[in-house]
Amino acid sequence: MTHKLALAAAAAAVALVGAAGAANAQARDQIRAVGSSTVFPFTTAAAEAFGKGGQFKTPVVESTGTGGGLKLFCGGVGPQHADIANASRRIKASEVESCAKNGVTEITELKIGFDGIVIANSKKAKHVDLTLAQVWKALAKEVPVDGKMVANPYQKWSDIDPSLPATEIEVMGPPPTSGTRDAFNELAMEGGCHKVAEVKAALPDDKARAKACMAIREDGAFVEAGENDNLIVQKLVANPNAFGVFGYSFLDQNKDKLQAAKIDGVAPEYKDIASGKYPVARSLYVYIKNAHAGVIPGIREFIAEYTSERAMGEDGYLADKGLISLPKAERDATRASAINLTPVKL
Amino acid sequence: MTDLVETGTRSVGSSASKSYYQGDAFAARLRQRYAAERNFKIAGYASIGIAAVMLVVLLSTIIGQGYTAFWQTRIQIEATIDPAEVAPVGTTDRTKISQGNFNKLLRDALAAQFPDITDRSDRRKMYDVLSSGAAYELADAVMENPALIGQKVKLWVTASDDVDQLMKGYIERDAREENRKVNDIQLRVVDKLTADKNIALQFNDTLFTRGDSREPEMAGLWGSIKGSFLTLLVTMFLAVPIGVSAAIYLEEFAPKNKLTDFIEVNINNLAAVPSIVYGLLGLAVFLNFFGMPRSAPLVGGVVLALMTLPIIIIASRAALKAVPPSIRDAALGVGASPLQAVLHHRLPLAMPGILTGTILGMAHALGETAPLLMIGMVAFIVDIPGGFTDSATLLPVQIYMWADSPERAFTERTSAAILVLLGFLVMMNGLAVFLRKKFERRW
Repeated sequence: MTHKLALAAAAAAVALVGAAGAANAQARDQIRAVGSSTVFPFTTAAAEAFGKGGQFKTPVVESTGTGGGLKLFCGGVGPQHADIANASRRIKASEVESCAKNGVTEITELKIGFDGIVIANSKKAKHVDLTLAQVWKALAKEVPVDGKMVANPYQKWSDIDPSLPATEIEVMGPPPTSGTRDAFNELAMEGGCHKVAEVKAALPDDKARAKACMAIREDGAFVEAGENDNLIVQKLVANPNAFGVFGYSFLDQNKDKLQAAKIDGVAPEYKDIASGKYPVARSLYVYIKNAHAGVIPGIREFIAEYTSERAMGEDGYLADKGLISLPKAERDATRASAINLTPVKL
Repeated sequence: MTDLVETGTRSVGSSASKSYYQGDAFAARLRQRYAAERNFKIAGYASIGIAAVMLVVLLSTIIGQGYTAFWQTRIQIEATIDPAEVAPVGTTDRTKISQGNFNKLLRDALAAQFPDITDRSDRRKMYDVLSSGAAYELADAVMENPALIGQKVKLWVTASDDVDQLMKGYIERDAREENRKVNDIQLRVVDKLTADKNIALQFNDTLFTRGDSREPEMAGLWGSIKGSFLTLLVTMFLAVPIGVSAAIYLEEFAPKNKLTDFIEVNINNLAAVPSIVYGLLGLAVFLNFFGMPRSAPLVGGVVLALMTLPIIIIASRAALKAVPPSIRDAALGVGASPLQAVLHHRLPLAMPGILTGTILGMAHALGETAPLLMIGMVAFIVDIPGGFTDSATLLPVQIYMWADSPERAFTERTSAAILVLLGFLVMMNGLAVFLRKKFERRW
């Protein structure tokens, strides 16, 4: 009896696999997006609004990280491959090459907006303003002392600058797998490093210096708090001495609990991130596979919705979700390339 | 016991006057043994106590954070369904009605209550008291009852997540305006609505009837509950028959040789393989080789079935082993074939154990996210899955994604989703206990 059941189940499974394979070989009627967890909240918001229009199914958006997403995106052309990739950095030349190798030759790049990376602490603590150089000195693995690079000796913020509070340096930030960390390394660490003149004297070799600039200390002063930015927010509230590094949208949601440090004299305010005055901000991108437009229903309509003024505009719903919108001219440029599906050239 | 006899023989000669059992040395040893027993007991109590405290802390934090999510702030709106904005009186066509400008109707209704708010940006702030989904609720109500067109309707619609958080006390009213998610205009609107009894916390049925959403007040678990159900159905129909058959064969019919030993070692090993490995296998075999669809409950179910198979095989074998051999001997003795002896006698008696193992295995599968990451089930999916090949997500994945969302209102919903998941797990484990109690035979 049981054997028969097992046989029947096995047969059913095989049949299902076959049917699913066949169904998948035909066209898919739902847009699929993959990629960055930073862009995820915005693409999902656009997807939901698009789905509510009622003409098409709501696109499925996966949060795989920028690198993993572009890998899936570049897998090839056909319904089993994703149509859209979200990226918290620009696509690399090597990724465009691997795309082309798999037949994905034409990709449209849409710059959708900016994201600021903030350094914040609890409202219960004193408000602190930092410079990029101070951030770098607090977090670098090695810093120059008397013309030589030594393991970071700064234990308290006041060791770096007497005007800073005499509390232990404790900064919680994203792990290396996160796109936020990549951007923080590039914008804050590398940017801060260039402002410390002694580094150039201590390390004349360009390659060694670039490496030393990006290295974050591992002696416990920088805590990798996991991908979940909500966790960092909770930890900051519990520990007023600690600082956290996370995306602007989490600051926006928790303004009653957290205060952000001004970096080089600029606070992470919406308008200053938008104008590029705030130094630790990056652009966010969405990539479209041109070969799928017209094949998978709704792609053109979806990117039209995504780039519309009611989504991407200054008062659009993406701004409500924490996206810093582009200046008007850039928005128009993005909209134009969305309509024309202009292939990206690197 | 042993040391009493041993030392007893030694000390009998030394003191003849005092009985051995009255000696000081004996009393000291007795005290020591009692102390050891007492300490062991205390250690036992302590460990149970620690476990209980942790459970209480875990549950109380989750319940404390999550129970408010079962209520949702709604606002009563009195709107005139203007035929000019929706459709002519008498229209019954749903698609025609759905294209109406219900947002404007809601906004006009709200603006009518606050005629002094005229500044454009102030008006925008006032409109943000309502959820972006409120217009769809009004549209649904009119689609249900087209006779409402041209009439005045009173309807409870969902408030925005910020207002909801304010009503639940998660947003401090006294904070400075720029530090508050609810601005002064919205506070004024909420206060007026409260005074008129037009705003209230009501049972949050959205949580149980809708799919995921980026707006916390519109987000529901139904999509992921259904996804979990479809996935576990596939898992059950694959893992149970195959697992039980394999257990019967290995336990009752397989010859004892190197090959079956090797298989046994492998099954035990597989039970301990990290679940992400099954996800990678699913990606490589089912998605890339067989070309099955991404994010589908079918693939998720197959992957989870692979993961639960070893657990079911091991539990079923143990259950079969626990049936006394005399049952089989008696069956064979009265002329049953070996297959009949197993299927008619040993298997029914082992069933309670097999069911318990199966249900625990399924409960394990219900709480799994790691293998689903690789096959694309960790995704934002709004539409409720209708079949095994539709895109779907699962309860634990939904919890993971809500925990990662910036909106404050998702914090309580994350805890509420955990409570729902825990509810399902308790039900499954309760069923396992019930079946064991009802059908178990002791020898």
